[in-house]
Amino acid sequence: MIDAAGLRYRWPGSREDCLVIDSLHVDAGRSVFLHGPSGSGKSTLLGLLAGVLLPRTGHVRLLGRDWAALSGARRDAFRADHVGYIFQQFNLLPYLSVLDNVLLPCRFSALRQRRAEAGAEALLERVGLGAALWPRPASRLSVGQQQRVAAARALIGQPELVIADEPTSALDAALRDSFVALLLQQCRAAGSTLVFVSHDERLAAHFDTTLALAQINRAALPEAA
Amino acid sequence: MKAVLAVALRSAWSRRGTLALVGLSVALSTVLLLGVERLRSDVRENFAQSVSGTDLIVGARGGALQLLLYAVFRVGGATNNLRMESLEEIAKHRAVAWMVPLSLGDSHRGFPVLATTPGYFEHFRFGDKQPLWLAQGRPFSGDLPGLYEVALGAEVAQRLGYRLGDKLTLSHGGGEMPGAEHADKPFHVVGILQRSGTPVDRTLHISLQAMQAIHLDWAAGVPLPGQKLSAEQARAADLQPKQVTAALIGLKNRAAVFAVQRALAEFEAEPLMAVLPGVALDELWDVVGAGERALLAMSALVAVVSLAGLVAVVLAGLNERRRELAVLRAVGASPRHVLLMLAAEGTGVTLLGVLLGVLLLAAVIVALAPWLQSNYGITLTLSAPSAAQWGLLGAVIAAGLLASLVPGWRAYRLSLADGLSPRS
Repeated sequence: MIDAAGLRYRWPGSREDCLVIDSLHVDAGRSVFLHGPSGSGKSTLLGLLAGVLLPRTGHVRLLGRDWAALSGARRDAFRADHVGYIFQQFNLLPYLSVLDNVLLPCRFSALRQRRAEAGAEALLERVGLGAALWPRPASRLSVGQQQRVAAARALIGQPELVIADEPTSALDAALRDSFVALLLQQCRAAGSTLVFVSHDERLAAHFDTTLALAQINRAALPEAA
Repeated sequence: MKAVLAVALRSAWSRRGTLALVGLSVALSTVLLLGVERLRSDVRENFAQSVSGTDLIVGARGGALQLLLYAVFRVGGATNNLRMESLEEIAKHRAVAWMVPLSLGDSHRGFPVLATTPGYFEHFRFGDKQPLWLAQGRPFSGDLPGLYEVALGAEVAQRLGYRLGDKLTLSHGGGEMPGAEHADKPFHVVGILQRSGTPVDRTLHISLQAMQAIHLDWAAGVPLPGQKLSAEQARAADLQPKQVTAALIGLKNRAAVFAVQRALAEFEAEPLMAVLPGVALDELWDVVGAGERALLAMSALVAVVSLAGLVAVVLAGLNERRRELAVLRAVGASPRHVLLMLAAEGTGVTLLGVLLGVLLLAAVIVALAPWLQSNYGITLTLSAPSAAQWGLLGAVIAAGLLASLVPGWRAYRLSLADGLSPRS
């Protein structure tokens, strides 16, 4: 599913690499817990995995395709087709309804549109959002509800990869566990690979594999030590 | 593409308050720009329509423009008078078909009084060689029994509510001096002209003899003390005018116009001048043109300012929308989609603003046209945009499109740099 090697990345204008990863491999259908303190390059790595950033050297392959080999427009289309993304918070466009937010990836990807068909409503039901909420503007949901809408949006049309960037950091303990359970369950049902990033190591037990970013990112080593 | 525009529309709608204000400023600048252009072309049209079929206007030597403005548009001050004898001699020129003397200077409640001969109603033409028609009654007769008769322009009758048979008195000069009334010699209304959209509508027409009669007991702008002549006594006096202000001349053959003009310029008895109305109008446009261009340039500047406001508002909102852009990027929108979204927003606001401006201008024209007509004699017409106006509209929209590319480009750069993690 994900195959990366020899990664080096530095932000534009910076003189030092902030991310150096020799190798990263994730099999299809697995759930990976990636933990690391803030500043360990989590956002950078996720940007590279989602093909929004390109490494200075090395490659990131998703489904066997090297992001760097695709043109800008093709990368965006490829991401729309195969990647679902959940942010820490403020995932939703406040001026769209719950249902429209969930269907957003289908507007950019014919493939996911086709796969989703009429599945949006069922998916919303499965993540615990009843029909009464669907027409409601996203701005009028609680944080917990918003994150579940975000999960449904990431999952719609069964993308091969779901990336979650600290999706539980804004949730309290009870909501956090149920959200992680829900996300894992739905990814499994859709057959999607899940890369879940958090600094909260207590969640690691839920996942197939755990990776410590501080260990695989050699650029972060001096700071961690 | 369609998906992006649909999202852009919803996004813009959620910020409709601010965008509506920007749209309004675009609308107002459109009104200004188109309004100035419309006023400019309608004023020109009005002036050009005011006189036709007259080959030459004769007056005392002086400024051609001043003569035209005074004789045809009743604007400005009188030039020197010319002697009636000279005019009679000119009328005998073999190329001259008709000659109508004009005498100006008095007024009635702000409307100018024109003393002339009945031939004026026969020969004067406006617009596309249209003659003057009477809506009611007849022209003044020009003979002694009908000495105190007046024919009113349509606007005079309408505004002051005069009907046939009503009596009115004239003021000496522009009416600015209190007591300078020809109160002892009242006129009665014998005719009301049909509306022509020219200065004729604002004019009261009397005979040259009547003009002479009301000034018999006046000198140098004041009544002569102890020399009162009643209206009836005046009839017995010599009422042949000695001097007039100007004269309109029609030729038998237009080809002779320059020959006659030269003959008049070389007239020996007194210094005269003859102007071709069209040539004098061109001279007027030369004078007015600079002002018009300045006005148009100012309006264009206002349009630029309002578009700058549009750019500023959309740009200012962009920082708060970086999160929105990241979300769109995450679901598969490309930076190009983001550019399109922002550019579409600005262009849409411009288009709506321009449309609103066109409608507003139509409303303004409908509301102001009667007032302009009665106060300035300018007929504003509500019509489809002219070629020049389409040009201006196109320019505003094109400028709006270009201006919208600025926030669009900025958003493009931002979303490339931010990726999925906006750093603000």
